[in-house]
Amino acid sequence: MNQTVMFSRAVIVASMLVMPVAAWASARSDAKEQVEFGIKVAQTGLWREAQYRWERAVELDPTYAEAWNNLAIAYEHTGKFDDARKAYETALKLDPKNTLIRQNYDLFKEINDRTQKRRGGR
Amino acid sequence: MTGPRNAAAVASLVLLCTAIGCTNFYEVPIETPIQPKMDVTPFTRILVAGFISGGSDDVDGNLETVRLLRSQLRSKSTLRVIEAEVLPLVDIAREQGKEPAGPSSSSVPTGGGPGQTPADPPPSTPPVPQQPPAGEPTPQQPSTPPATGQVAPVPGLESTDGKIRNEKDLERYQSIFENVAFWKKLGEQHQNPLIVTGTVLFTNTQSSGFVNQNREIIDPLGRRVVQPYRVYMERKGFIIEPRFVFIDGRTGAVLFSDRFHEEVLYPASQQTPALSSYFELMDRLIPSFLGSLSTQRIRGTRVLLK
Repeated sequence: MNQTVMFSRAVIVASMLVMPVAAWASARSDAKEQVEFGIKVAQTGLWREAQYRWERAVELDPTYAEAWNNLAIAYEHTGKFDDARKAYETALKLDPKNTLIRQNYDLFKEINDRTQKRRGGR
Repeated sequence: MTGPRNAAAVASLVLLCTAIGCTNFYEVPIETPIQPKMDVTPFTRILVAGFISGGSDDVDGNLETVRLLRSQLRSKSTLRVIEAEVLPLVDIAREQGKEPAGPSSSSVPTGGGPGQTPADPPPSTPPVPQQPPAGEPTPQQPSTPPATGQVAPVPGLESTDGKIRNEKDLERYQSIFENVAFWKKLGEQHQNPLIVTGTVLFTNTQSSGFVNQNREIIDPLGRRVVQPYRVYMERKGFIIEPRFVFIDGRTGAVLFSDRFHEEVLYPASQQTPALSSYFELMDRLIPSFLGSLSTQRIRGTRVLLK
């Protein structure tokens, strides 16, 4: 009897430990699907649809740096510079060593700074 | 030679792949929209009226600038470009400067519409309001401009020899842009468009001194290498200094203005026609000019990640 109780307790504890990991894995998997679909449509020029997919992806998994990077690019493409900056910064916070995100961000900053200067020079 | 290069390329790709944790990446072209500096939504038409130009006699800065801007606007702006006679703005400013109060020559020429010429008779205008006594400032009433299109005399224009040679000469003509009545009347003639005007100073320049150049040499190991060196050179060229003024044709008020400065130098031995230098310099400015009016797109590439 004691053994059965012990076993069932162990199962409960184990499942409590595993469940968040499984949930995270599932969220990442769903987010990844959205990201991949977003890339496909962006490559055909459907940036609004791509933006929607990447917004879904970061909702599903807010720790997905690559999704934030892609979302930043979509925002940049549609002229939403403030949103793009925030998305790039989130991506870099999540993955500071990613050289490709850094490179995208640097290119974005160059254009954004030029635009700010133009506006300041009125 | 190709072997080691390929190996290096593969190695760098592997290194890059390692650095980014073997993420899949896709390079995509993007076009970043840059918002215009001014709001042109109230306008559907644009009139490049004319410019006060000066400097080199080899280029008619007024005519060439009007032609160039109109052609650029036709292809790169959503505004409809009004084809009208180019205003001889220097002459108009001079007439305004000379003129005593009276009906007149300083009114807006009617050479605006297609088919019309500057020789057409001027429209009948009511008499000019009495000028204040000497010594008293001329009151500015931007909200209720006089309906005549008459202007206060431009001080100092009478003394010029007819040539605008430098920035200081141009300064004397700047007041024409504040002449709300003149621009409002011009706007009325063309159904209230956005008016583009301004000044263009295109001057010769020359300089001498040391400049950095590169030359290719063969090193002791037989390889070609590029070596920088300094050489003394006499150079000549041109400077262009335009100021674009955007005026609301409905009110005659200045909406926005922008100044630019570009220059180009060639070796003294090189014979470059002034007109080709003018276009070379204007080519550099055109994107900024268009950026004042319409959204410009900057092309680039970004990397999408999986």
